[in-house]
Amino acid sequence: MVTVIYRDKTWEVKPGSSVRHIVDKAGLNPESILAVRDGKLINEETITQNGDTIKLVTVVSGG
Amino acid sequence: MKCSRCGGTAVINMRQHRLRLCGEHFVEWFTSITQRTIEKHEMFDQTDRVLVAVSGGKDSLALWDVLLRLGYEAQGLYISLGIDGEIGYSDSSLHMCHQFVSEHHPEATLHVVDIEDEYGQSIPTLARTKQRGRGKPCSVCGLVKRHVMNRVARDGDFAAIATGHNLDDEVAVLMQNTLHWQTGYLARQAPVLKEREGLARKVKPLVRIYEREAAAYTLIRGIEYIYDECPYAKGSTTNFYKGLLNQLERKSSGAKQQFYLQFLQARTSGAVSFAEERDADLHPCRQCAQPTTAGDLCAFCRLWE
Repeated sequence: MVTVIYRDKTWEVKPGSSVRHIVDKAGLNPESILAVRDGKLINEETITQNGDTIKLVTVVSGG
Repeated sequence: MKCSRCGGTAVINMRQHRLRLCGEHFVEWFTSITQRTIEKHEMFDQTDRVLVAVSGGKDSLALWDVLLRLGYEAQGLYISLGIDGEIGYSDSSLHMCHQFVSEHHPEATLHVVDIEDEYGQSIPTLARTKQRGRGKPCSVCGLVKRHVMNRVARDGDFAAIATGHNLDDEVAVLMQNTLHWQTGYLARQAPVLKEREGLARKVKPLVRIYEREAAAYTLIRGIEYIYDECPYAKGSTTNFYKGLLNQLERKSSGAKQQFYLQFLQARTSGAVSFAEERDADLHPCRQCAQPTTAGDLCAFCRLWE
């Protein structure tokens, strides 16, 4: 399985889907998200593998 | 997805530029865009000393890093506001700034001004005491930060104060000002606010950079930054507008960039013009000597009375 982390939430998805698909399924806007695997930035077309941990980083800040 | 420059694996897709880049070429692109922005708007040059306002967040640390890599004499200024928000916000932010220096630029100078140590009260306490801001200290915070930045820049004889405002910050403000037809603000919103008597020049070298790109730069460069935003920024109007603009960007890539850059172009060319509020009578504050339009004391000094 693939572990997905976003803010204080963690969930699992089946391997083999793209980062873009995971972001869409989570109802997030890809314009305000970056994806990181093993501390490295990955592009939205990256296909996830079994055992991956994908961290979705929100980029919007400020007040 | 392949890098448009070298064919390696891309880490970011910038649809508004039709550009997909690997980490190395993205850092090169980011650096080049920042340098071109500095030159185009004549913000400062290699002979100048620049004061970078750092918050421990991604934008200001990315800015400081890129300026140092470009060879500018850029010193950091961190203003400790005394905000806890049950996450030790100010302490964590300062820690990120120190960590940035020690890990990436040990030769760099970081100036720290602690508001409570210097003036006797933290920002949240001051806002509560003065009953300003309807439960949020943001207006007091802005006033204090502007004053302190100007003081440090003037005392240290810096040519400019550089802030990490990115294109998303600017376009969110532009949208708010347009929807409310704030013509005075629309006349003044610019990448450079020129120096005036007693007021240091302010520059925004990241105005061509999307917020997503500033975050990508820090991740690629291995710069740790504070992910938590200011506890008082939650539910802010600016973040609401940023959300709306990112929805627009998703449907129409380049919409944010076009809105902002064409606004600047239209104003520069004279296609649109706004009646700028006349410079009111600026005179030195009796206490701190910074320029003010108020009576004897400026708004900052009145806060501490």
